Amino acid sequence: MTKIVVAVKYVPDATADRTFSADNTVDRAGVDGLLSELDEYAVEQALQVVEAGEGEVVVLTVGPDDAADAVRKALQMGADAGIHVQDDAIHGSDAFATSAILAAAIEKVGDYDLLFFGMASTDAGLGVVPTLVAERLGLPAVTYASEITVDGETVTIRRDGDVATQEIEATGKLVVSVTDQTGEARYPSFKGIMAAKKKPVEEWTLADLGVDAASVGLDNAWTKVESFEPRPPRTAGEIVTDEGDGGTKLVDFLASKKFV
Amino acid sequence: MTEVLVLIDAPDGKVTKPSLELLTIARRIGEPSAIVFGSADNGVLAEYGAEKIYTYDDSAYSDYLVGPKAEAIAQLVGETSPAAVLVAASTEGKEISARVALKTQAGWIGDAVDVQADGGTITTTQSVFAGNFTVQSQITQGAPVISIKPNSTAPEAVAGAGAVEAKTADISDAAKTAKITSSKEKAASGRPELTEAAIVVSGGRGTGGDFTEVEAFADSLGAAVGASRAAVDSGWYPHTFQVGQTGKTVSPQLYVANGISGAIQHRAGMQTSKTIVAVNKDDEAPIFELVDFGVVGDLKAVLPQATEAVKQRKG
Repeated sequence: MTKIVVAVKYVPDATADRTFSADNTVDRAGVDGLLSELDEYAVEQALQVVEAGEGEVVVLTVGPDDAADAVRKALQMGADAGIHVQDDAIHGSDAFATSAILAAAIEKVGDYDLLFFGMASTDAGLGVVPTLVAERLGLPAVTYASEITVDGETVTIRRDGDVATQEIEATGKLVVSVTDQTGEARYPSFKGIMAAKKKPVEEWTLADLGVDAASVGLDNAWTKVESFEPRPPRTAGEIVTDEGDGGTKLVDFLASKKFV
Repeated sequence: MTEVLVLIDAPDGKVTKPSLELLTIARRIGEPSAIVFGSADNGVLAEYGAEKIYTYDDSAYSDYLVGPKAEAIAQLVGETSPAAVLVAASTEGKEISARVALKTQAGWIGDAVDVQADGGTITTTQSVFAGNFTVQSQITQGAPVISIKPNSTAPEAVAGAGAVEAKTADISDAAKTAKITSSKEKAASGRPELTEAAIVVSGGRGTGGDFTEVEAFADSLGAAVGASRAAVDSGWYPHTFQVGQTGKTVSPQLYVANGISGAIQHRAGMQTSKTIVAVNKDDEAPIFELVDFGVVGDLKAVLPQATEAVKQRKG
């Protein structure tokens, strides 16, 4: 019996025009959102672990009203239950405050075995929340897992790094972040979509978690965004059509910039 | 001047270029102190400005994940009260630094592309939303812990004292629960490391699965080879070389995209490159919106000719 909590994030669609709000936070209202694509791989791996044995997948998100969509998508894929932490005080929370809220929610769940995350979000994309949650819970984190095998109490994970491929073995509670190399995530089936409507979704506030509202949110962050600016548009470059001399022209350009 | 702690990465003792960049950036803030787990070429560290070199020697640092290193650095922060802690924005660097920030109750910045110090105030610059925005931030609590992307500055040699101090740290049992049971080194390609390279030449769907021309052109320029997600997903090139949102983010002096359309996922990984060049058969490929120079044509014809032209110029 393995109980896996998968933390997921509701993000602005990466193909839309993403921007910032007046208070220098990511604009999450003006853009359509969805379950972060990279979190689908974590949900998929959790489902596969549970399907290979026995267990339960609980999906957890922290975010505004619309973040319920991310939970619903994971339930449609096959997760058993959802938790949505929502509180007005959370707006503007950075990765550190978010990790505190997630850690408190995970402690409230209590009887979990494994914690799965996507490798990074598709908006901020720092990939640091899994590590921070692990640090707060006093757990090891195996990040960027390419392959996960659970055998009884032992979890074996393959990580494909830049210089080496590592194999890591752990027993006991563990945080794992999952890459897109673990395998395609399933699409919700019609049956899955219907079944998701009956699955329980708990709604928790900061008070339910015993998290002090004064420790999270924009005003209490340990870092402060002073300003942001759009990257200056690239000035249109020179485009030539290859008429048998494209390679030569390319190198002429590189030479003019002293790359050759 | 206060100390600035700099985590050094030195596989097989050889100090990496991003580590030297960190030492250069540290000098803008205070006196660089290098932190070395295992051993590094101390001469090089002193040459690039390290006043002190803290060395840690314990098998725990290599047998387990980042836990022991993070504990050691957090203890050193408590001892030395540094002005900042700088690490490279690698996978491991980000994990170590985030844990250190939490342990020392300090603000953390990930993936900075620039760090400036004005008096006691440190301002960092990050590039976000696929490189479409830059964001300036300051840290409001604790000694800033900053992870910095490779190629954020050019390393400058300025001699430091390089005084070596051997240290030990108390490692908790909790930091030793996930053990690295095997580590297989990947075969070296003989090319520069993708995220550190000054020039990156990459290939996508347009290669049709054959990277011969892309690799030959890269080698003529002494460049690293990258690949688009389409090429990696097709099994044409290993994932380690993927440039884009779910792969590496690169910011070289020159990026050459061959047979890559330039979808948002790919742009996220290369848009901050200084000079961008593309070769693509499709004159409407979005990559051409980004380029300083583009060739509409077949890479199978353009690249071999370009490779020859480079060789001729280099004589």
